[in-house]
Amino acid sequence: MLRVEVTKQLGEFSLEASFTSEGRVTGLFGASGAGKTSLINMIAGLLRPDRGVIILDGETLDDTSTGAHVPPHRRRIGYVFQDARLFPHLDVRQNLDYGRRMNSLAEDPAQHARITDLLDIGGLLDRRPGKLSGGERQRVALGRALLSKPRLLLLDEPLGSLDEGRKIEILPYLIRLRDEGIPMVYVSHDAAELRQLATQIVMLRNGRVTALGGVKVLTSSTPA
Amino acid sequence: MFDISPTEWTAILLSLRVAIIATLVATPFGIALAWLLARHNFWGKSILDALVHLPLVLPPVVTGYLLLLTFGRRGMVGAWLADNLGIVFAFRWTGAALACGVMSFPLLVRPIRLSIEAIDRRLEQASSTLGAAPWQVFATVTLPLALPGILAGMVLGFAKAIGEFGATITFVSNIPGETQTISSAIYSLIQTPDGDRAAGRLVLISIVIAMGALIASEWFARRATQRLHGN
Repeated sequence: MLRVEVTKQLGEFSLEASFTSEGRVTGLFGASGAGKTSLINMIAGLLRPDRGVIILDGETLDDTSTGAHVPPHRRRIGYVFQDARLFPHLDVRQNLDYGRRMNSLAEDPAQHARITDLLDIGGLLDRRPGKLSGGERQRVALGRALLSKPRLLLLDEPLGSLDEGRKIEILPYLIRLRDEGIPMVYVSHDAAELRQLATQIVMLRNGRVTALGGVKVLTSSTPA
Repeated sequence: MFDISPTEWTAILLSLRVAIIATLVATPFGIALAWLLARHNFWGKSILDALVHLPLVLPPVVTGYLLLLTFGRRGMVGAWLADNLGIVFAFRWTGAALACGVMSFPLLVRPIRLSIEAIDRRLEQASSTLGAAPWQVFATVTLPLALPGILAGMVLGFAKAIGEFGATITFVSNIPGETQTISSAIYSLIQTPDGDRAAGRLVLISIVIAMGALIASEWFARRATQRLHGN
């Protein structure tokens, strides 16, 4: 279970959001500039709230009243960025292995095989990120986050930088992932995408939560 | 013409040793300082920045004299180092290396700082979300991505160190076999009546070393850039 109750002032923009999510895939829905990325950056620990709490499965990650703040590298929260952010100096294999090495986890060939299979990236292992297509890069980024064995996966518009054809290529992988059972927070401004993936929706507008609930809240409004 | 005398060989080898040691010892400090200047804001940052660049604009003889006052036998630091660690700089080749290191430091730091500033910090964020502690982020992302700048800085620093003259001769004098580098040997030779030919040889050798350093740096930079762009 994820509980978020935060306020954050970012220049002129103020973010004040609270929600609790039990769903397997929480869809964070809103137009660009609604504060979605700031919100998941706080869940990841990359951004600290001015006030509030973030609690994941009973563990307090942030609590400004006590000054508690777990740094990103100790949160075990995977993050798939819109722009993939693969390490350019490492090949795909090393990128995939990065999280395992940083966390000093034992090698897990079965898991490795399953994920490379799931994402169809087995053929890319020796390539450098510079030699991958946008869709391939995003799949490797997904695999890299998953192989660090996170307890929660954050996805920030993972299809955002892809054209329509590529989106259709990636979407089935995301659906497979959802069915793997890792809890996810999925950020998107695309209602259709969330209808296919999310089990619960948090709708954000101008830094405020305007609706909470099942996927059907998406039908009542579209982002500006 | 190419009959290099033992004294000249000594000067050449000493120059290489001094410049290599100066560069290798200065590099970790250069990386630390470049990182501090590129990534942090703190009180006195502009003063520290100016201090790093000071040897570039100060007359070398002034830097050499200040080194003598500080690291000489009776200098504050020099006396302490000699008494406690047995490290002596005054009139030793180690002093020449220190002078060269200080003089080349600004040239070493600048490319490293620029390359650290050019790193996409979002890659470092990605690294931390994958479980890397700050020092691991530095070792596995920042440092490898800054490598072209580090190598460029090292080559520039080396080139400066091998040609350094003013501060070195002021601090550790011009003792053949101990502190007489190529530069100070050339200086001595052109002041002696029949020194022209020998001076000419050393001049030629310094050109060869400088060219070699530049070609090597180009090659390193190209390799490193290729690595970074995933080819």
